[in-house]
Amino acid sequence: MPFSRKYLTIWILLAIVLIVVFFLSLSFGAIHINAREIFSSLSNYFSGEALSLDERIFLDIRLPRAINCLLVGASLAMAGVLMQALFRNPIVEPGLIGTSSGAAFGASLYFVLGATLHFNVGTWTLPIAASAGGALATFLVFVLSYRKEKSQSVILLLLTGVAVNALCLSGVGLMSYLARDPQARSITFWNLGTMSGSSWNSVIIIGVSTSLCTIFALRMTKSLNALAMGESEALHLGVNINKLKISVIAITVILVAVATAFVGVISFVGLIVPHLLRLIRGSDNRYLLLGSALLGAILLSLADLTARLLLAPAELPIGIVTSVIGVPVFILLLRRNQHYF
Amino acid sequence: MLQLENVTVKVGPKVILDDVSAAFHAGKMNLIIGPNGSGKSTLVKAASKQLTFDGGSVKYNGNDIKNMTYQQLATFRAVLSQQTEVAFPLKVWEVVMMGRYPHFTTQPGSRDEQAVEEAMKYFNVWPMAERDYVTLSGGEKQRVNFARVLSQIWFSEQGQMRYLLLDEPLTFLDVNFQYQFMHRLEEFMQKNAMVVVGVVHDLNLAARFADSILLLNEGKVLVQGTPQEVLTPGNIEKAFNIKPEILKQKDSFYISF
Repeated sequence: MPFSRKYLTIWILLAIVLIVVFFLSLSFGAIHINAREIFSSLSNYFSGEALSLDERIFLDIRLPRAINCLLVGASLAMAGVLMQALFRNPIVEPGLIGTSSGAAFGASLYFVLGATLHFNVGTWTLPIAASAGGALATFLVFVLSYRKEKSQSVILLLLTGVAVNALCLSGVGLMSYLARDPQARSITFWNLGTMSGSSWNSVIIIGVSTSLCTIFALRMTKSLNALAMGESEALHLGVNINKLKISVIAITVILVAVATAFVGVISFVGLIVPHLLRLIRGSDNRYLLLGSALLGAILLSLADLTARLLLAPAELPIGIVTSVIGVPVFILLLRRNQHYF
Repeated sequence: MLQLENVTVKVGPKVILDDVSAAFHAGKMNLIIGPNGSGKSTLVKAASKQLTFDGGSVKYNGNDIKNMTYQQLATFRAVLSQQTEVAFPLKVWEVVMMGRYPHFTTQPGSRDEQAVEEAMKYFNVWPMAERDYVTLSGGEKQRVNFARVLSQIWFSEQGQMRYLLLDEPLTFLDVNFQYQFMHRLEEFMQKNAMVVVGVVHDLNLAARFADSILLLNEGKVLVQGTPQEVLTPGNIEKAFNIKPEILKQKDSFYISF
């Protein structure tokens, strides 16, 4: 019997896995923290009692980092779903419309010229610089590919994205070239992505923006489904195409820029997660969006665990972990989806 | 009634539709014919609010299309075009269910499911409901789209007149499917009050099924009327630049070149 897809089962399964992975990522790391210590640090914190060193590590470092992994993973994966639906192509990634590379350029500008230009507003400087760069680059892609007479062309948008990406990356290159050693190291580290800078500040900001974006994005899933048949068909089904495009791009920029601003460039999450979910149960965007939020959170937490444990007590940049897994999947996708080009 | 009043569409300096006025009535098979580049598809696009025009107006039941949102329009007007490809693997019933999107906000109701099931049975695609749309043949895909488009206007909402616009939907179908679809459409029209406006290529198909034919040439209406009035050797030669022979046989007639 048609009409039933049993999405709920998948969502619940993913949620259970998510809880398990979350506790794993709370426990393991440079020091091991067991369940009793997790509860004692929480109860001591709320009753105002003195905290031991391990409990402090847990509350100030481990917990915000684990939550950020969930939030950033969910953000990047949902951005992937939204972009793929908008461009009607399963191999599109948020990085393609300039957001990630723009953010990287903004961050490297701050690393190298921040001190000279006296551009510094405390801990917020890097996130602001990166968000501004990401939003500007995306805006540039959008304006350069805008056609007044006709509707937006996806191919034009993608190719403009390629050009703007190249420009931003050469900007990052120039900054690395100009940089002194410690600055260059900062640029490199940030471009590879790291969860180690997670603080409660960043948890709150990413948390609020991700939740708001999720609510707005959920309202667009039906229109995005219709878009799978092409712009004119979606129009005939009552979708206001231009409004939809602008909203989806705005949401994606916020999701990606805010996450990237705090943790650096982490690629391929937006590509792998929706693809895995499509293999499990089809292409309904409502299923994909919530499913991606959950699976993205799971996979990024696992990637961060790997990054923390592989060379413990030293740490691997998380972007390297996601790329090592992501590149083969991307190539496989390219080869399997040749009829889309 | 669907009414076009002095509709003019330009692309750059080129005039595609030049001051076109026409009326399409309910309960009739209104077909549009004309040579390539005569503005047939543009006329359907203008009537479905797919492009902005440079002059004139389109009215559904007297209401100007400018004052309607895409969402409002989609509840009583469906459009079928030549070929529809999907970008992601979707099941056949999921594609047909999209026809009901204008009628529900998040979850389809029982009425939506009823419309989808009946429309799919009507076009004989119910047995392939669980198949992946991408794996279907061209003819099967188009039957699925017929079901999708008709499911969109399967029921009349609050007595609202329903409209079906067809933009050369038969182009890639073999002759058997073409006639099958036209018969099903005729049958549906007899049971439901609706306005049908369709662009077709095949003059004999138009002669066989049309109640009213609009002949477009170079963006202008050459003539509108019954098949007998429109499909004369003079009109056909003027529009298509080729001399036809009309073969009459009882109450039907055939065009041969």
